[in-house]
Amino acid sequence: MEKTRNFKRVYVWEIPVRIFHWINVLALIILVLSGFLIANPPAILSSSEATNLHSFGIVRFLHFTAAYIFFFIMILRVYWAFVGNRFASWRAFWPFTKKNWNNFWHVMKIDIMLMNDKEEDVTKISIGHNSVATLSYIVMFVLALVQVCTGFALYADMSSWWLPKLFSWVTPLLGGDFMVRNIHHTAMWLFIFFAMVHIYLVFYHDWLEGRGEVSSMFGGYKFVSEERIKHAHDEDEVEIKDDKEIVAAK
Amino acid sequence: MTTKKEEKKETYYDSIIKQGYSRRDFMKFATYITAYMGLESTMVGQVAKALETTHRVPIIWEHFQECTCCSESFIRSDHPIVADIILDKVSLDYTMTLMAASGHQAEAAKKATMDKYKGEYILCVEGSVPLGDDGNYCCIAGRSAKEILLEAAEGAKAIIAWGSCACNGCVQAASPNPTNATPIHKIIKNKPIIKVPGCPPIGEVMAGVVVHMVTFGRLPELDRIGRPKAFYAKRVHDSCYRRPYYDAGLFAETFDDQNAKNGYCLYKLGCKGPMTYNACGTIKWNNGVSYPIQSGHGCIGCSEANFWDNGPFYKRIAKVPGFNEEGLADDIGKVAAGVIAGGLAVHAIAANVSKRKELKSRIDRGKANEHNIDS
Repeated sequence: MEKTRNFKRVYVWEIPVRIFHWINVLALIILVLSGFLIANPPAILSSSEATNLHSFGIVRFLHFTAAYIFFFIMILRVYWAFVGNRFASWRAFWPFTKKNWNNFWHVMKIDIMLMNDKEEDVTKISIGHNSVATLSYIVMFVLALVQVCTGFALYADMSSWWLPKLFSWVTPLLGGDFMVRNIHHTAMWLFIFFAMVHIYLVFYHDWLEGRGEVSSMFGGYKFVSEERIKHAHDEDEVEIKDDKEIVAAK
Repeated sequence: MTTKKEEKKETYYDSIIKQGYSRRDFMKFATYITAYMGLESTMVGQVAKALETTHRVPIIWEHFQECTCCSESFIRSDHPIVADIILDKVSLDYTMTLMAASGHQAEAAKKATMDKYKGEYILCVEGSVPLGDDGNYCCIAGRSAKEILLEAAEGAKAIIAWGSCACNGCVQAASPNPTNATPIHKIIKNKPIIKVPGCPPIGEVMAGVVVHMVTFGRLPELDRIGRPKAFYAKRVHDSCYRRPYYDAGLFAETFDDQNAKNGYCLYKLGCKGPMTYNACGTIKWNNGVSYPIQSGHGCIGCSEANFWDNGPFYKRIAKVPGFNEEGLADDIGKVAAGVIAGGLAVHAIAANVSKRKELKSRIDRGKANEHNIDS
């Protein structure tokens, strides 16, 4: 029987990345659900007068609030692409390198077409995002910009704040509210498709690689073969040492 | 009606008084039109003064591919001075549907105005211009609409594009646009153009735009696509009296249900008010009597570009851009989501088959370690 591989815990997703991820998840769920309700509101029966009800107004309020959060958290993530670690950096997303394309075809072969390498080479396993994932995130980023532009364009005339008004050029560019709304609605479906594939692939990697893919977005750690890490830092020893120091200090 | 030629320059006030209106009528008109133009009440004096002192601005009104509903709307704008003075008696030097002269006489009158007031007259255009087949789909007096438009625009101070035809092509420009009906701003690039869309535009809006032009001698404040902000800055939805029902989530489901009778919001019946910029909710129609939504019918978005091609009037759907009516975004989305879910399930099964050795090996190693747990 093969020997169990030794793994090292690597801090991959820093806190701002994880915060971005989960707030984004929450905002998107609210945006999609309230978006569907806005597009096709349910028939409610009420004997109450309009003055006493504000149900649709609340749905819209949630949509707009989530939209603002979605937008600001996106700005935070872009900022973090310049100050974050190597896995969060914009360099990780830059598609025009040979290394990136080699990884792209490797992922396509192994994970999408499900072929097997004759000999496993651990250095080919991505630690952060793989190249197919980064490409999909670039697409999602563009789509998010489309949603921000079309959404704020539709919202601009209801707002007196300058921020949504910055997007009022979008409506004439696209030829009116009809087209803006159609694009906004259609692009939403692409987010749903992305989420389906994204969640599946996270499970897929966790199931087949066992490196903590799912939990990494909570704790931030992934597990990487020891042989990939030069001067492997034995964290257990450090922890024991730290504990001793703490005890000694007391 | 006249094709006036007299040399003496009259002010608007002169002609209004000459028509038998009192000073009081005139002041009422000035107040009313100031309000419609969206100006402050302190501006009434300025408007009255401008009408008293400015000389009439000649107007040439061209008709191309259109149904004349804009003219109809204009002459029904609810203050008589609008129709009487601004349109008929004072300013309109050429409009083939309303002028008494016809044939060569009318064309000669137009030519005379164009020569005499070169660079001063306002050109009003009602209708789109067909560019297909050398413009032969719309010919007047043996000349194509494009030729006439270019000639008339040459010496114009500004152009007012009346109605959806002149602003965005309206129904004749709907897909497949057989005559290649083209809005004015795509043909004339070197003149200021005011777009007053709508099918037709509201008469008071038209009057407000004309009066603004003649009294202040400049264009009203326009939005990004050239519509006067005073009338087109808000969606019909934002000034709709049924808006509280929308915010409350109370919608008519069909045109004959109790909700419709209660006057609930027509959003789910395809009302395009939330996507349409116009003043229908505030100025209303037919002397402020009503407007479509008040009459129980949703807005069809007639003042928006391509309103004919933007999906059904009585349904609220999202089209996938680039597809026809079949391409309902949600239908496609549900099918695609199903296909993706199926594909992922197949991929998951295939992955477990293809990677079975690796999986088994890892599970075995994991189990072995589990047996050997020490402490």
